[in-house]
Amino acid sequence: MPHRFSLLTLAVLVIAIFFVNLLLLAPNMLAHAADKPGQAADQKPPYTVVNGKVDLATFNGYRRYGESCLRCHGPDGAGSSYAPDLTESLKHMTPDQFNEVVVNGRKNVSTSSNNVMPAFGMTEDVVNYLPDIYGYLKARADGALGRGRPKRIDGDD
Amino acid sequence: MKLTYVSLMACSALIFAGSALANDELLKLQKDPNQWAMPTGDYANTRHTDLKQITASNVKDLRPAWTFSTGVLRGHEGGPLIIGDVMYVHTPFPNAVYALDLNNNGVILWKYEPKQDPNVIPVMCCDTVNRGVAYGDGKIILNQADANVVALDAKTGKEVWKVANGDPKKGETMTSAPMVVKDKVFVGISGGEFGVLGRLTALNLKDGSVAWKALSVGPDDQILFDPQKTTSMGKPVGANSSLSTWQGDQWKTGGGATWGWYSYDPQLNLIYYGSGNPSTWNPTQRPGDNKWSMTIFARNPDTGVAKWVYQMTPHDEWDYDGVNEMILADIPVKGKPTKALVHFDRNGFGYTLNRETGELLVAEKYDPAVNWATHVDLKTGRPEVVAKYSTQSGGQDHNTKGICPAALGSKDQQPAAFSPETGMFYVPTNHVCMDYEPFKVSYTAGQPFVGATLSMFPPAGQNNLGNFIAWDAGQGKIVWSDPEPFSVWSGALATAGGVVFYGTLEGYLKAVDMKTGKELYKFKTPSGIIGNVTSYTHKGKQYIAVLSGVGGWAGIGMAAGLTGDTEGLGAVGAYKALSNYTQLGGVLTVFALP
Repeated sequence: MPHRFSLLTLAVLVIAIFFVNLLLLAPNMLAHAADKPGQAADQKPPYTVVNGKVDLATFNGYRRYGESCLRCHGPDGAGSSYAPDLTESLKHMTPDQFNEVVVNGRKNVSTSSNNVMPAFGMTEDVVNYLPDIYGYLKARADGALGRGRPKRIDGDD
Repeated sequence: MKLTYVSLMACSALIFAGSALANDELLKLQKDPNQWAMPTGDYANTRHTDLKQITASNVKDLRPAWTFSTGVLRGHEGGPLIIGDVMYVHTPFPNAVYALDLNNNGVILWKYEPKQDPNVIPVMCCDTVNRGVAYGDGKIILNQADANVVALDAKTGKEVWKVANGDPKKGETMTSAPMVVKDKVFVGISGGEFGVLGRLTALNLKDGSVAWKALSVGPDDQILFDPQKTTSMGKPVGANSSLSTWQGDQWKTGGGATWGWYSYDPQLNLIYYGSGNPSTWNPTQRPGDNKWSMTIFARNPDTGVAKWVYQMTPHDEWDYDGVNEMILADIPVKGKPTKALVHFDRNGFGYTLNRETGELLVAEKYDPAVNWATHVDLKTGRPEVVAKYSTQSGGQDHNTKGICPAALGSKDQQPAAFSPETGMFYVPTNHVCMDYEPFKVSYTAGQPFVGATLSMFPPAGQNNLGNFIAWDAGQGKIVWSDPEPFSVWSGALATAGGVVFYGTLEGYLKAVDMKTGKELYKFKTPSGIIGNVTSYTHKGKQYIAVLSGVGGWAGIGMAAGLTGDTEGLGAVGAYKALSNYTQLGGVLTVFALP
């Protein structure tokens, strides 16, 4: 029973955090409301890339990706032998679909597949920077950003 | 009083008889080349077979005799056990074990598959690998991904006992193969990227209860050190040798996981293993030497007390885990016959120590590309770090460029082999460098605790990502080196027939001449090989067996290859992604002469 209780608590917390995040992310999400396949040409992309260099938010997305996502999704979002290529996935995923998967995780377990993405709803290093991570990966998916560590517009090297 | 004393005597006699039996059987089995009774081949981790039906002159005729699909797709490390007429094959998560009847075309005698919560999958650092099962006293011991250890009846596959050795909710998982010594099973723990408390645990083979537990970092009574008797570089370590090298309570999320291989010297009565990286990967966040992460341990298997330790990479700044195998070999070192321990560390140095005293005898680079340190001072044991490649000097949020080797090391867990015929070590290596940028992270139980971002690429001007080398551990010199397009992530096998075997990430099983490295044979198996090559006989005929099934850390970045557009790093444009060569799939392939 204590086990069940803790799971339940966790579920409630995750859901609560999910909604809190929805609120926090609302302005960002509104900005990308049309950020779907066939988005309007005048929509501002969720990243800033100028002459191959990125702003602080996109760079932070790159770093947070490296911290929490790379060990499964591979360098530069390019996928691995057991997790999908995000530069492909983000061609089709909206920010809210992206946030939903990151916060709640995803399971694909069957006789032929053992793929599980954990819920990052409780991971500060991820949930606090969802728009940055999305922006970085979207830049990769759009082909706006190449592989490797991006250079920063404000230039540290 | 007298009665109690007598019964006590009787009890100890019984216990002693029990332990002696298990001990004697395994001591005998590990020497029998017809069987492969331990994941490492023998207690000394030599991965050598006395079999010599397959030789340098006839290996060209080798061909697959039979194959077996494991039914699992992800990375297949380790290799099967062969005991009598039965072969035991393990898989990555869900950690199935098959007993195959060699007398009856590999018919499945039994299959065991534990029920595990799939939420453990993403907590495993780098794929859901497992490096094999161990045998002892009629039982097959399996380390499950979810940190349960289970003993199966070798005849029926029925559970004899099952115990929890960790908590996946804290990031504790198991990937390593257990080792049975006397009446105990030694098991480690994985999770250095989740800030787990690394430890080696001795379970009683009889019922799985804990005999002793030795942390890698922490107070003396928990790391099982005797401050006066446990030595490092020939001197007693003194009190609080670990705690004094950490700031405050940081040791409690300090890592030092024990996910590699274990070896045992029955004469010296010592077991040997290494500990992994201190957590996090951001060195600025954890000042101090972070002892005893990145350390070789020699412990008494009965009590767990450490006889000697040697920390290879104090205050790690590159994720150079010290967990690779410790090969025990009696070889001349600088001309003097020595009871040696030879270890090819992730940090790119090949170490030769006196395994009785822990004295450091040789420490030389086994890949010329290694640049993070100029050399290791044999008097202090410390590496001379090159400031340019120090991620600590660079500091947080600074990208330190061109460090060799990369975090996956000049060699990872893929074990080397030793040949008493040539006196040489045969080493599967990585030839990869990196940029490394540490940044601040916070600890949450069960969540990644990494704090660095990496780009990896081949050394400047080169496009081979691996080498298979022969190494003279007495001199610290490369004897020959065969370039490979990808990291060699497969455990080697040295044979008395003058041939060395290893697998490649594209999926080739290769045989090369022990003396020259000349390629004598290759066969492309269904998937990339990260498993270890094994040999045995059945009805008098020699067989070679290997698991293919690409994945593991080598599978990260497999889809697209390593970063190729880092400027100024030579002709890497030609580098092609591994996914163009191979796809997933666990298959055991068994080879024989016609």
